[in-house]
Amino acid sequence: MHNDDIILAVDAVHATYNHAITALHGVGFQIRRGEILALLGANGAGKTTTLKAVSNLLPAERGQVNAGSIRYDGSDVSRRAPGDLVRAGLVPVLEGRHCFKSLSVEDNLVAGGIGRSGRRAEINADLERIYAYFPRLKEKRRTLSGLTSGGEQQMTAIGRALMSRPRLLVLDEPSMGLAPLIVQDIFQTLKKLNRDTGLSILVAEQNSAVALKYADQATVLENGVSVLSGAAADLRQREDIRAFYLGQEASPAPRSTHLHAVA
Amino acid sequence: MIADFDYQFFIEVLVGGLLSGVMYSLVAIGFVLIYKTSGVLNFAQGALLLFAALTFVSLVERGVPFALALVVTFAIMVAIGVAIERTVLRPLTNKPPITLFMATLGLSYIIEGAAQLIWGTQVHGLDLGIEDVPLEVGGVLISQFDIFAAVVAAGMVVLLSRFFRYTRIGLAFRAVADDQFAALAVGLRLPLIWATVWAAAGLVALVAGLLWGARLGVQFSLSLVVLKALPVLVLGGFDSILGAIVGGLLIGASEKLAEVYIGDYFGGGIESWFAYVVALVFLLIRPSGLFGQKLVERV
Repeated sequence: MHNDDIILAVDAVHATYNHAITALHGVGFQIRRGEILALLGANGAGKTTTLKAVSNLLPAERGQVNAGSIRYDGSDVSRRAPGDLVRAGLVPVLEGRHCFKSLSVEDNLVAGGIGRSGRRAEINADLERIYAYFPRLKEKRRTLSGLTSGGEQQMTAIGRALMSRPRLLVLDEPSMGLAPLIVQDIFQTLKKLNRDTGLSILVAEQNSAVALKYADQATVLENGVSVLSGAAADLRQREDIRAFYLGQEASPAPRSTHLHAVA
Repeated sequence: MIADFDYQFFIEVLVGGLLSGVMYSLVAIGFVLIYKTSGVLNFAQGALLLFAALTFVSLVERGVPFALALVVTFAIMVAIGVAIERTVLRPLTNKPPITLFMATLGLSYIIEGAAQLIWGTQVHGLDLGIEDVPLEVGGVLISQFDIFAAVVAAGMVVLLSRFFRYTRIGLAFRAVADDQFAALAVGLRLPLIWATVWAAAGLVALVAGLLWGARLGVQFSLSLVVLKALPVLVLGGFDSILGAIVGGLLIGASEKLAEVYIGDYFGGGIESWFAYVVALVFLLIRPSGLFGQKLVERV
């Protein structure tokens, strides 16, 4: 009963680490082709584990999916090696960027092309395409990526993933540790990619305000369970949700007491 | 006392030490290659070295031409490396480092045993056609064989660094060495990279085995040169090829100088253990080695 319109179907997934520590117990959502879905939730809600399960990277961290299913393009991801998923167009951008720090920015991108087993000419063409989306990377192409700024490293990580010619990009917390302007910049570029090329995007974010602004759909996780799904525009309206699940005050609460400390 | 210090003799000892240090570097590089990509301290490197030398000598003794024996031995070393990666290390992926280390320790005994089972336990002489006669360079006597060994080792290092710098698989190797999890996520083919690294380590083992074999004779104790590589690694850092080279030179020079100049105070024979003293002292001062784990990071 596979629906061609759905690129990723996550259904009632349970996952543990070391067969002992439960991280997810009932996560489900679907992404339609060409759609951006934001996965929201507080620290420890299970966003990262969900994304690693999607890319089948959990086994590399002694984790496992115990129940439920994750289907990419209709086929079970747990039967395919992470590299094969990459070559099939499901490409992760890891939390904390994970650039190859002692490689130049351009070599980082080329590594992405090698991961896809791309030919030299293809890799060169893809480089130009990515430099067009991230002009900053072109300026820094010869710099070791470990010496570039956090925003540039995030761009490098995204660019490296784009070198794999993804159809579904899976981003974990791209805003982490970055200045608000840079976060806006990165999300705008992602939206542009989504509009220009029909790239589907799954993005986990703690910064729900930004994520809801750019996403089409959103799913909220709490303690390893998906508790709420809906159109991003609707969720943006409902202040109670923001206050309850996303850890944001509905309106700035007035401070009840002022401490006057005199040294 | 200082006035009649024999500089010429000092330089002779120093040069001799540096050149023998090159041989240590060569062994250490085999460790570094594998440690960088898979985080395993491959204790079996010494056994591989013995196996390579023994295989080569036995082939030559059976009338196989020199060049062919070299190629065949290299092919066997690559096959062994790939087999180890596939049958021992891959099933143990994600296990704690100590498990992997123990696995390679066990492996080294198996390889040593296999080598002797196949080729016998007698000592073989190995003649590379280089005479070990001293050569006089600017009034300093230098062993011809040492120079040959140093040139070969330098050639190996240049070859390896070119390979890792300018080829796709080399770039992938550096990526894996940097961040294995990211390499996995990017889709790099780790098994292919590991197989390549083991092949490279096999080549290093072969070259080191031949040079050491020619020097000491091909026999069981050849596998013990790994013990000489450990202080080199402590000094240079486990994950730096440059460190392995510099560390080897420092260890080679310091143990020779120590033997000649302070050996008498200890009744001589300190050359065999002085390297460990240096390594121990170094561990206290700089545990990650001279070049180890230099993180490229903005502060």
